Amino acid sequence: MSHLLEVRHVTKKFGGLTANSNISFNVNENEILSVIGPNGAGKSTLFKMISSFLPTTTGEVLYKGERISNLKPHVVARKGVVRTFQETTIFKSMTVRESIIVAQHLRARASLAGYFWGTKTAHEDVASFGQYADDLIEFLGMTEIANEQASNLPQGNLRALGIAIGLATDPKVLLLDEPFAGMNHDETMKMVNLVRKVRDDRGVTVLLVEHDMPAVMNISDRIVVLNFGEMIAEGTPAEIQNNEKVIEAYLGSADDEIGI
Amino acid sequence: MIQWAGVAVFLLAIFIAIPGFVAASGRSDLYYTLTSVALLSIASAGVWLTFYIGRINIGQGAFALIGAYVSAILVTKAGISFWLSLPLAGLFAAGVAVLIGLPILRLRGVYFAMISLVLTQVVTLTALALPITNGAKGITSIPLPGGVSIFGLTLIPDFATLENPRLAFYYAASVLMVLTFAAMYRLVNSRLGHLCRSMQQNEELASSIGVNISYIRVIVFSISSFLGGIGGAMFGSIAQSVYPSSFQVADSVNFMLNCFLGGLGYVFGPMLGTLVLYFGWDLLFELGRFQLLAYSSLLIILMLFLPNGLLSLRLPGKKGADK
Repeated sequence: MSHLLEVRHVTKKFGGLTANSNISFNVNENEILSVIGPNGAGKSTLFKMISSFLPTTTGEVLYKGERISNLKPHVVARKGVVRTFQETTIFKSMTVRESIIVAQHLRARASLAGYFWGTKTAHEDVASFGQYADDLIEFLGMTEIANEQASNLPQGNLRALGIAIGLATDPKVLLLDEPFAGMNHDETMKMVNLVRKVRDDRGVTVLLVEHDMPAVMNISDRIVVLNFGEMIAEGTPAEIQNNEKVIEAYLGSADDEIGI
Repeated sequence: MIQWAGVAVFLLAIFIAIPGFVAASGRSDLYYTLTSVALLSIASAGVWLTFYIGRINIGQGAFALIGAYVSAILVTKAGISFWLSLPLAGLFAAGVAVLIGLPILRLRGVYFAMISLVLTQVVTLTALALPITNGAKGITSIPLPGGVSIFGLTLIPDFATLENPRLAFYYAASVLMVLTFAAMYRLVNSRLGHLCRSMQQNEELASSIGVNISYIRVIVFSISSFLGGIGGAMFGSIAQSVYPSSFQVADSVNFMLNCFLGGLGYVFGPMLGTLVLYFGWDLLFELGRFQLLAYSSLLIILMLFLPNGLLSLRLPGKKGADK
């Protein structure tokens, strides 16, 4: 199996603070890999560096052997590595369908001027955007809320909308930012199934950052564990569950919380 | 169907009913007022477009002044036709916007607004300092627009030979305004408009789906400034003179207010806003020294009770791009 995404010796320093220190791991094609760790472990920073929303201090991220770190986010998206956000980051005054249509920007073949003058290619594009949006809405089971304005949707649906927007770009790798945060058991299970379906049916490789342990154990093919900016373990869920360093890190963090 | 009927009524009104009314009432000074409204609304349309990517633009006066000077210099010094200088003035303003926009469009909210507010003053001071703009004396005695004819067919008559150049300017400004707003409507409902909306709502999310946000920002800002340049150039031609004070910071603020008043969610907002604001100011003239007080109080009240602008009252046949 080839490595689709390679994180190589990535380090991030904010002034004197080291958020990530020499992190290296690979993501294989068509797998679901989770990055976990207690609060402040540097998960989000790493996530932002992979999607080029933050530059690395040293080290690099490769996609199919090509460097994708320290670029601009839209360039990385264009290559097929697309991130999602937590639920507050949406197009508030657009409907679900409008959001998905706008998010198909990368599938556009006509130029911006072409759309203005209404060329044949532009008309074909517009029709294809609509068709693709309807397909995606059906795939994600969002038919009932397709014409709802995003700002009116409940939290669970917003999460799904975030994934829909990411999927609309037709990505090869989807980076999910805490897809299970703040969800109850049922909602989490629904989301787990949805993420699996995205991988199985659309062949999208998924890398997610999360701290909901049961969900991560359930969904992941492999897990990478961070603590205080360092990578302390990598392996299958079973391996991670029995890893002493991981257990220590999580118990330690629990102690700290009580200590405060 | 209703929309097309609305457009037809609107076109009939500005090209036939209003000239008819003015001729009947004999108040040909109204032409000047209405021409000003048309031209100001073109520049305001540009400001509206920068609002559409989430930037508060208080610098349109700068680009109007640039446009006015470029056209005046081209006509008086290079001797080219005004009708050719008009698009060139717009393009020059757009070019300046690209150079200025590249660094400053990264700023958001109040920071962009503050920098844009300074632009008008910068252009005024530049016009005072440069030899080609003739300093404080400005450029005066600009000839009226000449004629345009193709194969002996007169498309635009020579304004200097006309009995009533005011009417000619009114028609020219109205045609430009109609073209501007037709283009704006088209733009807002095309892909560029959708991308602008996505950026207005969330720039990070827009860039995550592959939108080159800095590119779109510069494109939109240059279109906005193009419209400012066109409006300014036409103004210079009507006044037959351009001074560093032809467009001031207060004008830039007014361009922005026109957009607020008409409604930021509606393409035709700046047109209505300009009309109401311009006539509103004139109507309050009777109040003498209380004019400014009444004017500002009314503006505050309007913004409090109609935060989405006058068009949120939902005029039939004038549907906006946004809901």
